[in-house]
Amino acid sequence: MASDRIFGLITLITAVAYIAAATQIQTNFFSGEYLPKLFPILIGSVAAICSLIIIFKPDPEPDWPASWTWVSMAIAVFVLAVYAVMLKPLGFLLPTAIAAGILSYQISFRPFPSVLSGIGLSIGLLILFKYALGLGNIVAYRIPTPAKLWDAFAILIPFVGGH
Amino acid sequence: MDILSNLALGFSVALSPYTLFLAVCGCFLGTIIGALPGLGPSNGVAILIPITFTLGLDATSALVLMTSVYYGAMYGGRISSILLNIPGDEPALMTTLDGYPMAKQGRAGDALVLSGVASFVGALLATIGLMLLAPSLARVAFLFGPAEYFALYLLAFCTLGGMASNNQAKAAIAACLGLGIAMIGVDSSSGLPRLTGGSLHLFDGVDFLVAIVGLFAIAELFFFIESHGKGSSIGVKLDKVRIPWKDIFDTRWTMLRASGVGFIAGILPGAGASLGSFLAYMTEKSIAGEKGGFGTGVPKGVAAPEAGNNAAAGGALVPMLTLGVPGSGTTAVLLALLMTLNITPGPTLFTERPEVVWGLIASLLIANFVLLLMNVPMVKIFVKVLMVPAWILLPGVTMISFVGIFSLSGSYFDLLMMIGFGVLGYFLRKLDIPTVPVILGILLGGNMEDALRRAMTLSDGDVTYLFSSPISIGLWIAAVLGFVAPMFLRGVLKKPQAITD
Repeated sequence: MASDRIFGLITLITAVAYIAAATQIQTNFFSGEYLPKLFPILIGSVAAICSLIIIFKPDPEPDWPASWTWVSMAIAVFVLAVYAVMLKPLGFLLPTAIAAGILSYQISFRPFPSVLSGIGLSIGLLILFKYALGLGNIVAYRIPTPAKLWDAFAILIPFVGGH
Repeated sequence: MDILSNLALGFSVALSPYTLFLAVCGCFLGTIIGALPGLGPSNGVAILIPITFTLGLDATSALVLMTSVYYGAMYGGRISSILLNIPGDEPALMTTLDGYPMAKQGRAGDALVLSGVASFVGALLATIGLMLLAPSLARVAFLFGPAEYFALYLLAFCTLGGMASNNQAKAAIAACLGLGIAMIGVDSSSGLPRLTGGSLHLFDGVDFLVAIVGLFAIAELFFFIESHGKGSSIGVKLDKVRIPWKDIFDTRWTMLRASGVGFIAGILPGAGASLGSFLAYMTEKSIAGEKGGFGTGVPKGVAAPEAGNNAAAGGALVPMLTLGVPGSGTTAVLLALLMTLNITPGPTLFTERPEVVWGLIASLLIANFVLLLMNVPMVKIFVKVLMVPAWILLPGVTMISFVGIFSLSGSYFDLLMMIGFGVLGYFLRKLDIPTVPVILGILLGGNMEDALRRAMTLSDGDVTYLFSSPISIGLWIAAVLGFVAPMFLRGVLKKPQAITD
């Protein structure tokens, strides 16, 4: 009930914002005055109507996980995000071993097999991708300067990094 | 005899040693992917697309490889359904209803072989159907103008939303989400950015591969973290595997009927394999009646959904190849593959690039025989795959997804966006909002808008132009019916629930 209503409210706000953004789309002589705006406005309107239906006719509440599972999933998202930005400056091996190890631990809760699967996956996948399949931009390891490392990490901090 | 000469062309492409090798590899890989719990045809094919793309295979080879993976995954899905009671994906759900009880009676081997044969019959008949039907549908498709195409895309969203989900409003929201994302980027006619929020990263739009891998593969990781990989251990014993000739002979009519039903369901744009296996199972259940014992582990209950499911997989290729409108989640992913390879599906594909279409059809026929050979005598090898624990499998799949997307663009932004789509996919699935319309929206959004714009330009802004031809009126009626009718039929066509231990 409540989850659906919250979801409906979020989509309603998004849809209205989307329509508002769509009316501001820049046009020029080639595109005509209203054609670039027409379809986005249609989509936004349909979404807004459906959001209202969901708000007024919500489905039963889904089984949300226990609160500590949320923490666990937030950690997983953070680990993945750090992995995404570290893949370039640090190369493949180290970030993959750490990220795969942490994710493995979050599923099994057993430290030793997780460490093993992290190391095994990083070496195994490197061999598979770099040597067996020959994917070009996978680099085994890089030794970055602290400044580069910080630059990469700063991407994740809003308003500081990112270009 | 057009078909025979075309088929000869196809086999001349598909029977080269290299292509054959790719087909065998694809079948093997696909069966493993299908068998692994948590990996199905859609996410399996999704994580492989970026890698295939970076390998630099030519269009035909890549297509042969990925469609064999697709067919292989459809075959493999039954292994985890029967032995673990966990469907690899939505269409395999029906196989658990009788497959798992049959396995618990000690007939796991029989169920696996029987379902393998049923898959073969379904897929073979569907491939033949594809061969016969697709060229004539491609000719009809030449009559389609922008108004008809717009109605057709709408039909795909409506049937998909109407039949494959439990709540129409939620399915429509999912479609809008995908379409809305597809609008982001530089507008083709004005050359000015639209809805990018000023971010340079979004000028090129959102890459559909990023969205697909995020929604299908990364979201799965969160589900496994939530459940800690519970329930992925084999509870039934698999002894010697023998071929149950009697069961195969007894279910021959079931297989044929189910293939027919499945194929037709597969052709409907947007309906796809889930509907195919569901209708095939329900048809056979009502033919067998109370005495049939469906749900208690009868051979017919295993054969029907598997034949239906695989026939629908073949049928779904018909609208995908001729009209560019996919009929299921996995064909949506295959459409993504075609678009990555710069092949535009549609009627012109059959006349301009016959070697691609007929090479594909020929390799589907070959893949079928390879899969039958792999899945009947070698089924024990694939059963071993089920022993891979979730705590190695899921991190592995995640890392492969990252490498795939990273090797496409080399940009951290796409990776972060993929994680975002993963989180989104988790919440959407939790709230019972289907994710396939999102993918379909991102894939088709550009084409759908293009059709609308051309229709509006041709008619000088006259909205009635959209309903001006008999074909488009028919499609609009079908779209409205496909969306509305399931609301009333929901009480009648109640999905049977999988049994629990």
